[in-house]
Amino acid sequence: MIENQIDITLESLVGEVSKMKSDGQRMVTFSCTNIGEGQADIIYHFDKNEVLTNLRLTVNMDKPVPSISGVYFAALLIENELQDQFDIKFDGLVLDFGRKLYLDDEITIVPMCNNTKAMKIKK
Amino acid sequence: MARTIIPFGPQHPVLPEPLHVKLVVEDEIVLEAIPALGYVHRGLEKLAEIRDYHQMIQVVERVCGICSNIHSMCYCQGIEEIMGIEVPRRAEYLRTAWSELHRMHSHLLWLGLFADAFGFEALFMQFWRIRERIMDINEATTGSRVITSVNIVGGVRQDLTPEMCSWILSELDTAEKEIKEIQNTIMDDYTVCHRTKGVGVLTKEQAYELGAAGPTLRGSGVASDMRLLKYSAFDKIDFEPIVETAGDCWARSTVRFRETLQSVDLVRQALAGMPQGDLAAPCKGNPEGEIITRVEQPRGECLYYIKGSGKKFLDRVRIRTPTFANVPPLLAMLPNCELADVPVIILSIDPCISCTER
Repeated sequence: MIENQIDITLESLVGEVSKMKSDGQRMVTFSCTNIGEGQADIIYHFDKNEVLTNLRLTVNMDKPVPSISGVYFAALLIENELQDQFDIKFDGLVLDFGRKLYLDDEITIVPMCNNTKAMKIKK
Repeated sequence: MARTIIPFGPQHPVLPEPLHVKLVVEDEIVLEAIPALGYVHRGLEKLAEIRDYHQMIQVVERVCGICSNIHSMCYCQGIEEIMGIEVPRRAEYLRTAWSELHRMHSHLLWLGLFADAFGFEALFMQFWRIRERIMDINEATTGSRVITSVNIVGGVRQDLTPEMCSWILSELDTAEKEIKEIQNTIMDDYTVCHRTKGVGVLTKEQAYELGAAGPTLRGSGVASDMRLLKYSAFDKIDFEPIVETAGDCWARSTVRFRETLQSVDLVRQALAGMPQGDLAAPCKGNPEGEIITRVEQPRGECLYYIKGSGKKFLDRVRIRTPTFANVPPLLAMLPNCELADVPVIILSIDPCISCTER
């Protein structure tokens, strides 16, 4: 149901994102979803004249993903957020908070990828 | 002169929300700014695991109090699109009217805070006095001043009677007159211009490349506004994005000021064009599929990515709020400014840490 979607791979990621930049696309954000079996979907959203183009990348969460913060500086906060929430590593991040953008040192769980419920339901 | 690092925030008198920026300064000139987030992060997206998709409306409303109505509108639009629900036209007009009222009170709140940031307390009180009219409208029509909880999947839960509509229009006439009376002060006053013109400049290219959103983007000359996507009743409402080209704090505040008056017009159009009909369409089953939906909040473009797999709990709700997008542009505005201008520049993006730390 997502329109204007292009499937990409780890190898083609930076090239495709650079193409988006050359095309004058504004980077909106990326969305990440845990799809199970150690994999996640990352969808990179770009906008031009109110039309959204989405690059979909499926990654193994234990494998580093090339950072696009060298192409779009604004990606640095989103990539740091994904490091905190999904424990996905990004290679070449221009400003790496080292999984401490949101989390404290003592937090070892991966908030969006484990079975710990957000809070206990009161009975 | 040796370089010094000055911590701005997380607790700071000009910004009641905890945003921390490390400022590298030489003399009193800022050379570099490094942000730190996470002081009040709430993990609301994670709550989708234990709150069903109807309950999530109340959760997304609490991402931000000031634009709560528009958050729930965006979320409901997404769910409706996944489930193929056709929202009644009357409900779409009501949503549009309430969302513009929300924009008005948000902008008036910010204009007041902005005036307060450079010590103009009388102006701050004037803006907040006018804002009270809008809050009263919210309270009278929805039962709540801030978190209105009127949007549901399929439509809205409250209606407006003809008497309410005429009272809202008369209140808006008064508010519009009062806003215009202080137009010269916020846009032309010597002190205000001195503190804002040429301060915190973000060029059109920088704004676009750094992914700025909302008045921060439009204040730099880019005519981008998600209302152009014609969601809800915006397909039948005359609307042009408000754009300023200077890219400084003055331009961003002027965009917001002009949008306040524009919202008065949009509410009038929504109430005038509102047809009779149902308030909500029935909602059966659970969402299955994924969707990206975008709306224009007072602070800018808001994006929701929603994924469901036919269960009552959604697989993923991802929320990209406008302040989160405006942090990188802020880092481009701060270098080479004077230390005294930092609070004004930070406020000029209308930072909402509640949104950012969702």
